Amino acid sequence: MSSKSLKFAIVGGGLAGLAAAMKLAEAGHEVDLISVVPVKRSHSVCAQGGINGAVNTKGEGDSPAKHLDDTVYGGDFLANQAPVKRMTDMAPEIIYLFDRMGVPFSRTKEGLLDFRRFGGTLYNRTAFSGASTGQQLLYALDEQVRKWEVAGKVKKYEGWEMLSLVLDEHQVCRGLIAMDLQSLELKSFAADAVIMATGGPGLIFGKSTNSMTCTGSAVSACYQQGARYANGEFIQVHPTSIPGEDKLRLMSESARGEGGRVWVPKTDRDERNPRDIPENERWYFLEEKYPAYGNLVPRDIATREIFQVCIEGHGVAGENQVYLDLTHIPAETLTRKLGAILEIYEMFVGDDPRQVPMRIFPGVHYSMGGLWVDFEQRTNIPGLFAAGECDYSIHGANRLGANSLVSCVYGGFVAAPSAIDYAKNVERGNTETNGIHDIELNRQQQINESIINSEGGENQYKLHEELGKVMTDNVTVVRYNDRLQATDDKIRELQERLKKISINDSNLWATQAIPHARQFANMLELARVITLGALNRNESRGAHYKPEFPDRDDENFLKTTIAEYSAEAPVLSYAPVDVSIVEPRKRDYSSGKKPPQVPRDGYEDKPKNRAETMPLNPENKEEFEEAKDK
Amino acid sequence: MSEDTHRDKKRLENPPATIKFKIQRREKEGAPACWETFELKYRRNLNVISVLMEIRKSPVTTAGKQTTPPVWDMSCLEQVCGICTMVIDGTVRQSCSALIDDLLLASGSDTVTLAPMSKFPNVRDLKVDRSRMFEHLKQVEAWIELDGSYNLGPGPPISNETAQERYAYSRCMTCGCCLEACPQYDGDQYIGPQAIAQARLFNMHPTGKMDMDERLNGLLGEDGITNCGNAQNCVQVCPMSIPLTKAIYETNRDVTVNALFGWLKQ
Repeated sequence: MSSKSLKFAIVGGGLAGLAAAMKLAEAGHEVDLISVVPVKRSHSVCAQGGINGAVNTKGEGDSPAKHLDDTVYGGDFLANQAPVKRMTDMAPEIIYLFDRMGVPFSRTKEGLLDFRRFGGTLYNRTAFSGASTGQQLLYALDEQVRKWEVAGKVKKYEGWEMLSLVLDEHQVCRGLIAMDLQSLELKSFAADAVIMATGGPGLIFGKSTNSMTCTGSAVSACYQQGARYANGEFIQVHPTSIPGEDKLRLMSESARGEGGRVWVPKTDRDERNPRDIPENERWYFLEEKYPAYGNLVPRDIATREIFQVCIEGHGVAGENQVYLDLTHIPAETLTRKLGAILEIYEMFVGDDPRQVPMRIFPGVHYSMGGLWVDFEQRTNIPGLFAAGECDYSIHGANRLGANSLVSCVYGGFVAAPSAIDYAKNVERGNTETNGIHDIELNRQQQINESIINSEGGENQYKLHEELGKVMTDNVTVVRYNDRLQATDDKIRELQERLKKISINDSNLWATQAIPHARQFANMLELARVITLGALNRNESRGAHYKPEFPDRDDENFLKTTIAEYSAEAPVLSYAPVDVSIVEPRKRDYSSGKKPPQVPRDGYEDKPKNRAETMPLNPENKEEFEEAKDK
Repeated sequence: MSEDTHRDKKRLENPPATIKFKIQRREKEGAPACWETFELKYRRNLNVISVLMEIRKSPVTTAGKQTTPPVWDMSCLEQVCGICTMVIDGTVRQSCSALIDDLLLASGSDTVTLAPMSKFPNVRDLKVDRSRMFEHLKQVEAWIELDGSYNLGPGPPISNETAQERYAYSRCMTCGCCLEACPQYDGDQYIGPQAIAQARLFNMHPTGKMDMDERLNGLLGEDGITNCGNAQNCVQVCPMSIPLTKAIYETNRDVTVNALFGWLKQ
C-alpha cells in the first residue's frame, strides 16, 4: 500500500491548486492539473498588496495569536476558529518558504523580509513584493510545479474546463469530466481524490474585480451534484475599485496601507481641482469616524461608509466616486512601494495618482462563502476536497486584506496531505471500468448537444448582463428582503430564458458560446444560493448588511449557512460555529482600540511549536501522523 | 473635470461619431485568414476588450452580414496575466490596456485594426497558442531547487537592491510580445528574450546561482542565446518594461565565462 502511487485531479491552477499540486508531487503521487487558462495566468496574479504572517520582525510583539484574533474579529466571528488558528500558526513559515523559492519580496536594510501594515490590524504583518505580490507568489509555485511537470509527476490540462464530478453509486467522488475548450472534446479523469481550487464566482455580479475566468461554474457543478455550499451570502465588496466598461479594476488596500487618505469635498459638487481644495474644506470621513484605524478600517466598513457618502449625494461631482489621495507622499516613495498598482490606474484612467487624487468606488471582490469543508479541507462528498477562495473556511463574514494569499496556500497545504490520507484508505474497486465515467460523460455530451440545438432567440450575453445588474443592485453593499426576493424571482426568470437561447456561433472550433452558456447556467444556481442565503439571514454581520436588521444577532445567526441543492430551490440549514478559542465580542473599530481579546481558558499566546503548524514533509510519516491528530 | 488634472495627457478632443474595427478572422489553424469590419457608436472610456465584448453580443459586419463572434483570450483585464495579447494597429500589446481614445489619437483615423500574434499557431480569430513559451521555461530550468517544501526557515538575506532588480525580471507574464517583435524569432528556432531573462532572474538568486550551469546549458544549443541579433525590439515592446537586453548581455557574459573557465571546475 505504501509504495502505491496515488492519482489525484486538481481543478484550478491558482495559488491553492498549485500549492496542493506541489505537495502531492513531492510526496511521490501523480497529479492531473486541470485549468481553463495556462496556470500562470490564473486570477491569483491580480492580488496586489501582500501576504499576512505574524513574523514579528518589527519588534511590535506581534504573534500568530494576534493574527488569529484580528482574523476572527475582522470576520465578525463567523469563521470556525480551529482552522484559522492553524492557518495563522502556519503563516510565518509559508512566507519563509516563498522566500526560499526566490520570491523577490521587498527587504529591509539588513536584507531581511520587510513587512507593512494592512487593514484590520495594528501590526506590520504583511510581506510584499512590490505591489504585485499575488503574481510573484503564483509564479513561484508555477515554477516549482513546472519542475514536477518535467519530473513526470504533474500533467497539466490547460485550456480544459471541468464540467462535473464522476460519482459512484455511493456518492463517492471517483474523478471528473472536463472539456477541451478548443475541440469541445470531453474526457473523463479518473482519480483517487479530486481537489477543487477554482477561486471565486465574481462574474455572477457581471462586473467585478475578478478575472473573466472566475465564474464559479465548476464549484456550482459540485453543488448541484450534492456538495454543500456554505455562507454564500458573504460577498466582499472592496472599498476601492476603479470603475470600467469591461470590469472593475482593483485599487489595492496597500494604497491606504502606505498612507492613502479617502475624502470628499465638504461642499457637494465642488468644481475645483482637488489639489486646490484646502485641507479644511475636505471631509476625511473615515479618519473622522474611526480615529484609531482611520483609512485602514476593515473592508466592509470602508465600503459601507464610501457607499453611504455617495448615496447621500456627497460623492465627487455628485457621482458614485470618492477621492483616494496619495499626492501628499513623495512620488519616489510611491513608485517604489506601489509602482505596479499606480501604473494600473494610470494605464486605465489616464491620470497619474502621484499628481492627482484617484477616483474610486466599491466593487465586488471576493467570496467568503464557498464549498463547505471540514477542518481537513474535506467536502461532504467523500473523495472531494476544496481549497482557496472556492472553500468557505477561513474568512467568516469578512476577509481581511492580505489574508487571501495565505489562506489559499494554507488550504492547498492542508488539502494535499488530507487527500493523500483519504486516498490511501479508499478502495478503488472497479470504478474505472464499471461504466460510471461513460455514463457521466454521455450526460455532459447531451448537455452540449442541447445547447447547440437550442433555438429561441434569447442572447446569452444579454442575459448575463441582466444577472450582473440585478445582483449588483440588490445583493451587494446594502440588502433589503423585498429586493432579495425580487432578485430570486428574476434569477428564476433568467433560468427559464436561458433554455431559449440561440448560440450565435456556427463555428464550434474554440467557440466561447457553449462554454459560456454552461458557465452561465451554473452561475444562476450559485446566484440563488447567494441571494436566498442573504434573504434568510436577518441580521447584519461583516459584509452582509441589512438596514432592517442593523445589528449582529449571535443568538440566532452565529451560525454557518449551509445550502444543499434541490431542483426547486436551495435547501438552507444552519450549523454551529467553532468559537472555542476567542469569545465573540462586539466588533467596533471606532474607538481608540478594538475591545481586548478574551482568550478561552487554556489558550496561551505562546510561540508556536513547529510540529503542529508547518506544511509537513509527507515522507516523514511519524511526524505527519502525530501532527495530524492534533 | 478641470483642465489642470489632465494637463500631462493629450485627450481625444473631437471623437468620430462611429469607430470601425477591422478584425482578422480565421476559422481554425491552417484555414485561410480574411478581414471583417465592424462599426460601433463612439463613447468614452472604451478599451479593445469592451469593444470585442460588444461585437460578440451581436456580430454583424458593416456590410450587414451576420457573422460568427470573434474569438479572443482574456482573463485579468489588468495587464498582469498576459493572455489577451494581440497586434493592435500594427503593434503587439495587451488588448485590455489598449484604450480606444489613445489608439484613435495615435493613428489619427477612425479605424482600429486587430490581428492575432503572427509568430504563434493561430487557434482561431485572435486566439493563439503560446504553450511553447512554457516549454522554453523548462529548457532553462527557471526555478529554484528546493530540498523540500517543508519548514527550513527563511531564505538567504538579500539586499533590497538585488531584490528590486530581480523583481523587474520576475514581473514577466509570458505574454510573448518580445518574441512577436524579435526579427530573429521565427518558427521557434530561437529561445528568445523571455527565457533568457528568466534564466537571469534565477542566476541572480543566492540559491539559484548554485544551478547556474544547468540553466546556461539550456541556452547553449542551436536555439540558444547566440541567435540574438541585438535589434533591441524586445525591450521596446515589453509591457512590463523588463530590461531584456540587459538580461541577454549579462547572461551572454556568464555563458562566455563558463565556456572559458568551465573546464577548471571539473
